[in-house]
Amino acid sequence: MSLGLALIWLGLIVIIPLGALALKPWELGPGGVVEVLLEGRTLAALRLSFGAALLAAGLAVPLGLLFAWVVVRYRFPGRRLLDAAVDLPFALPTAVAGLALTALFAPNGWLGAPLEAWFGWKVAFTPAGIVVALVFVALPFAARTVEPVLRDLPPDMEEAAATLGATRAQALWRVVLPSLLPAMVTGFALGFARAVGEYGSVIFIAGNMPMVSEIAPLLILVKLEQFDYAAAAAVGLAMLLLSFVILLALNLLQRRLRRAAA
Amino acid sequence: MNASILSRRVLVAAAPALVATQAAGQGAAQTLLNVSYDPTREFYREFNASFAAAWATRGQARPNISTSHGGSGRQARAVIDGLQADVVTLALAYDIDEIAERGIIARDWQRRLPNNSAPYTSTVVLLVRRGNPKQIRDWGDLLRTGVSVVTPNPKTSGGARWNYLALWAWALRQQGGSPQAAEQAVTQLYRQVPVLDTGARGSTTTFVQRGVGDVFLSWENEAHLALQEFPQSGLEIIYPSLSILAEPPVAVVDANVDRRGTRALAEAYLQHLYTEDGQRLAAKHHYRPRDAAILSANASRFPGMELATVDDVFGGWANAQRTHFADGGVFDRIYRPRR
Repeated sequence: MSLGLALIWLGLIVIIPLGALALKPWELGPGGVVEVLLEGRTLAALRLSFGAALLAAGLAVPLGLLFAWVVVRYRFPGRRLLDAAVDLPFALPTAVAGLALTALFAPNGWLGAPLEAWFGWKVAFTPAGIVVALVFVALPFAARTVEPVLRDLPPDMEEAAATLGATRAQALWRVVLPSLLPAMVTGFALGFARAVGEYGSVIFIAGNMPMVSEIAPLLILVKLEQFDYAAAAAVGLAMLLLSFVILLALNLLQRRLRRAAA
Repeated sequence: MNASILSRRVLVAAAPALVATQAAGQGAAQTLLNVSYDPTREFYREFNASFAAAWATRGQARPNISTSHGGSGRQARAVIDGLQADVVTLALAYDIDEIAERGIIARDWQRRLPNNSAPYTSTVVLLVRRGNPKQIRDWGDLLRTGVSVVTPNPKTSGGARWNYLALWAWALRQQGGSPQAAEQAVTQLYRQVPVLDTGARGSTTTFVQRGVGDVFLSWENEAHLALQEFPQSGLEIIYPSLSILAEPPVAVVDANVDRRGTRALAEAYLQHLYTEDGQRLAAKHHYRPRDAAILSANASRFPGMELATVDDVFGGWANAQRTHFADGGVFDRIYRPRR
């Protein structure tokens, strides 16, 4: 009974829509689908979306670890507020985040102006801006997956390492980090999955130049604006398959790490 | 942008409820949904009130009119996907053609109302910063190196397509003008565009509030709105020697009004656009009215300039779309990497 209900909901919410997506592109014929996907602009958009999402997830993991470490290991006024604040990117409408980040990093923004004047860095309206927006949305995943594991990690393991002659750095590197690694991989996977399909926050800061800063979800929208539903679905299907392969690989990696730790 | 998608979903969900209440009583107030594009917000807010009052004086119950706004192409797609619009008032004929293609609007829609079913017109102007520091006078000045131009993506914005076509029409008219020269001109222009927003309003924000770019290619009415909204910014409107005659068309959505029994209301709504009241409101909101008397009464805000039409220069929207904006068209060539 409960299995049946679960399957029905899974079917209605996940499998049927994704199935429709998988069927739509073939209206173009196999040759047509390949042509859409191998077009320079499509390849550039996919490379950018996946590259930026992987980079952003990679940046979010150490930042999230740092954050979790501070919240779990230190006692200071405002700790609970800080703890709650990291969840804000979950709740904030992404368009709001995108507008705020763009205003901040625009050439006349509070951060954008000094960055450009002192270092010559342009952030808003370049691929760097895309990574900034994606780190913002991926960060809570990285922090929230590591935090409970860190909380459960008893300090006596580090103390035991110290009595056995390990330095602080050795204890962190050989004792703490290996036990956190599976959680960090999970955080990376979740952050990546969130970032790769992100549209709302990116679109304001990206600049959206074809071949340079045009993300794959925007390309899908461009195809839809031309009433080309099948080509849009082809790009969507490619994103789906690529994401699936990456997430599957991360899942296997995480399982292996967990087994190695046990 | 997200808000408009959300409101449209709500409207789609609410549509069956509206039909139900309307069937309940004969003299009950009818509802009308006008699906429009981005920069018409302020105009239709006032026009709806004017029409409702006029309709009420004919002894009818005052109708409830709602208007939804968004990118023209996206709005057309919502109607194709089942949004119960009674009338569409979009940025270009091509978008209404796409709806007609699917049998939701009669194919001869453009001949049903005067002036190609476009009750008001607009054009593309150049918006520059205080004092016009880059000395922009005409399209040619945009192509100088070091001039940075803001315009939305023609792939996603109807307004951006008018911008592109205006430059093309100007380039054809220059000495030695040819399609090759025109393609060179648009290629050069888009190389100087630092940000391609998806819609006209997004570009306005990028130019006015983010301070990006030296020139903004804008709808005439949007340019006036920007001056009104940001009077301290010192923005100036430059009228180029030649621009394009933009004819934003309107049509009754036949399939929907027949099902909902709102045809009389919807037709009267569109006809009201051609009345003195409608034309005066269009002029007030910086659309060029068709009515010659009202146009000349507002001549100071609508300086005379040469306006090329899409039909004359490009052989109609279907042609322009196929040649310039479809996949593999001229616009795509601009961004193809040079090998």
